[in-house]
Amino acid sequence: MDMAKYVIKRLLFMILTFVIIISIAFVLIRLLPNEPPQQFGKDMQLVLQSRYRQGLADINGNPIPLAQQYWNFLTKTLIGGDWGVSEKLYFGQDCFQIFKDKLPNTILVNVYSSLIAVPLGLMFGIYAALKKNKWQDHVISTGVMILVSVPSYVYAFLIQYFLCFKWKLFPLVMNAGTDYFSWSMFQSMLPAVLSLCLSSIAGYARFTRAELTEVLTSEYLLLARTKGLTRAQTTVRHALRNAMVPIFPSIISEVIYVLSGSLIIENIFVVPGVGRLYVDSITSLDYNFFLLLSGFYTLIGLSAGIVVDLSYGFIDPRIRMGSKK
Amino acid sequence: MRKNNQIPEIPAEKFKFIGVDAKIHDQKFETKQVSFFRDAFNRFCKNKSSVVAAIIILCLILYAIFVPIFCETSYSLALTDTTYLNYTKLAPKNAFFAKMGIWDGTKEMTLGEANFQYVRAIGEETGHEIITKVKDETVDEKGKVAYICDVDTYIYNGFTTMTLTEAEYQKLQQWQNETGIQVIYPAVNDKKITDANIWYEANKKGVAKLDKDGNYVNIYRTNGADGEYDSLRVAGDPGIENPESEGRYRYATVTGDSSAKSYKCRIFKYTYFQYRYGFEPAFAFGTNAMGQDILTRLAAGARFSLIFAICIASINLCIGAVYGAIEGYYGGAIDMIMERITDVLARIPFMVVTTLFQLHLAKKVGVVPSLLFAFVLTGWIGMASTVRMQFYRFKGQEYVLASRTLGASDLRIMFKHIFPNALGTIVTSSVLVIPGVIFQESSLTYLGIVNLDSSTMTSVGTMLANGRQYLSSDPHIILFPALFISLLMISFNLFGNGLRDAFNPALRGSDE
Repeated sequence: MDMAKYVIKRLLFMILTFVIIISIAFVLIRLLPNEPPQQFGKDMQLVLQSRYRQGLADINGNPIPLAQQYWNFLTKTLIGGDWGVSEKLYFGQDCFQIFKDKLPNTILVNVYSSLIAVPLGLMFGIYAALKKNKWQDHVISTGVMILVSVPSYVYAFLIQYFLCFKWKLFPLVMNAGTDYFSWSMFQSMLPAVLSLCLSSIAGYARFTRAELTEVLTSEYLLLARTKGLTRAQTTVRHALRNAMVPIFPSIISEVIYVLSGSLIIENIFVVPGVGRLYVDSITSLDYNFFLLLSGFYTLIGLSAGIVVDLSYGFIDPRIRMGSKK
Repeated sequence: MRKNNQIPEIPAEKFKFIGVDAKIHDQKFETKQVSFFRDAFNRFCKNKSSVVAAIIILCLILYAIFVPIFCETSYSLALTDTTYLNYTKLAPKNAFFAKMGIWDGTKEMTLGEANFQYVRAIGEETGHEIITKVKDETVDEKGKVAYICDVDTYIYNGFTTMTLTEAEYQKLQQWQNETGIQVIYPAVNDKKITDANIWYEANKKGVAKLDKDGNYVNIYRTNGADGEYDSLRVAGDPGIENPESEGRYRYATVTGDSSAKSYKCRIFKYTYFQYRYGFEPAFAFGTNAMGQDILTRLAAGARFSLIFAICIASINLCIGAVYGAIEGYYGGAIDMIMERITDVLARIPFMVVTTLFQLHLAKKVGVVPSLLFAFVLTGWIGMASTVRMQFYRFKGQEYVLASRTLGASDLRIMFKHIFPNALGTIVTSSVLVIPGVIFQESSLTYLGIVNLDSSTMTSVGTMLANGRQYLSSDPHIILFPALFISLLMISFNLFGNGLRDAFNPALRGSDE
């Protein structure tokens, strides 16, 4: 009962936060000087109709009071789902449709990256923890230290320069089109996937190593060994399970974060995904896209936070979320 | 056993003072006193990797401070000079190391027959060694020859056509006579050729026609007025013996009337640089696509990034410390409300904040202050939660209770008693803010969301963004900024880990 109450409370707070943030963004965007519809030339009608439909201006494109615009935004855009047409990037096309078309690319790249990063990261972390303070541990820890610190774009450059340009193993940029599961598509994605998963691997390895070394030195493990369990048994059945308590939530949040593209990596490898769309919308000042994607990224951040908190209680029954002392 | 009150009265004279002569005072410590920070410093010094990291950071900071002071040249100071565009994409060169054959400003190129002769001709005419090494010669199935060779980019930069005024023309000639270094080369007799590097006869495909000794056949313009050119001449010029002789080469095309004559000359860029700036060009980190010296420009960018990050770290520290202290110390409802505010603030994506600040404020207060506001708006939250945790940890302790019993005010307890105890953790987390800020700032400028690029200002991210399109052809442009930022990040992280271990020995190794 407590749990359900806690979840509802969190969800309500999340919606409230989301509405506050998107409202601030909306109002600040609307306060900017409105682009005169005349500049769109013969496509003027398209923009005018879209603005009128969204309730941001009257039929002639003249501004209406901000409060009224805001109310229309809440009802027609947030609830009705009409995000208007693109006024700069993809002129005249429906923003939400474009966004939906871009999403699969991002998801695919991120899913591949997670599929590589999670098992490899855990493996390296466990191996380093078991070999603590031996040379294997030092090698892994140094590598992890470097990968965690060096900005991802630097090794994206390295990957692009050596793998794509010098040795010509992969194409320089990702294929366009919707042929998602062909071999050539996969090959063209690989540089981006590699650049994404390197820092992820390092992050998991570091986290796992830290948690596991702590558990491995605890007394109940000594007890398990005294009972006659082998080292492998104690590690897998006793140590790993407890070490996973803090690690598992971040793996769960990975499921949500596959939706959000990395802004920089998508830019470098020209992945036609949402991250690149976001950056393009900012640099070309396409406000409709900007609002839509800002809302999207906010939502991802908020829901990831909730999922992580809830999964703590899910994996470890001793942690009761929202319970009183 | 007798009870105390049953003791008969003891006569007063049986009492006497003891230790009247002994002086009572605190015993002096036998050992040397070690302060908290001294202790932390000692622990820090034991961690070798952190010490190395600290030294590297110090070197990078010194680089950012002193390179703009000592390595500025007349070239790098002329920030808005348009002659920059003549010296783009030069490879890194150091005059000392160049003699040993490394760091010598060369670049590997794959040249076809025509291009190979084109490059060789530049060296031939000027007498400089341009192709330092021919590494390989390949012939494909069609019989085309390709040479893989190291080309000196400084000489390869070649010639340009420049229009000079009369005064400049005379001055240049005078300089040539004084130093014996030739800058002006003869004009070419073919108006269709726009490339100033071509001075030899070639077929339609650009392959040079060589005479039977294998030498180039020049196509210099002869005779004609070149404004009394009286200076160095190239070898083989009949004008060397007699400047009036028939068939002498022509060194300039004169246009304009007598009041404002202008002289169009073929100028060799390498020696023109010497004339103009007074030293031979050798850029330790090369030049970028705009002709700017990367060594000094990177230092300027690094200085900006570091100062910016330190500013933000200190502002965050101030706001976060006060906010976190109030939250942590008072707790309860105040804490609850303040936490909800930070909850909402912390959830705003950073990109949204930056963009909105750029759109609204950049025109009014400038790009840098609006970026600073964006960083500060959500940046202090991390610091506030650190301080809040520390306050929760210390506020229930006995020494705080003692101080309160003695009547200390809340402010005094907060900032005199609790804060100094939490200082170690707070210092550590504010040091770790710096690399984070530098990373985010470089990402933003890299993506072009914030534009910090101008002739006088730059940041590391901008340099990366500008160098990216030359990644395949001239990797040195992006190499040095990338190297700098990687080095800075790695050493800051190691340094931060060392600090944390030094201040909180209990946390040692928890997060390596």
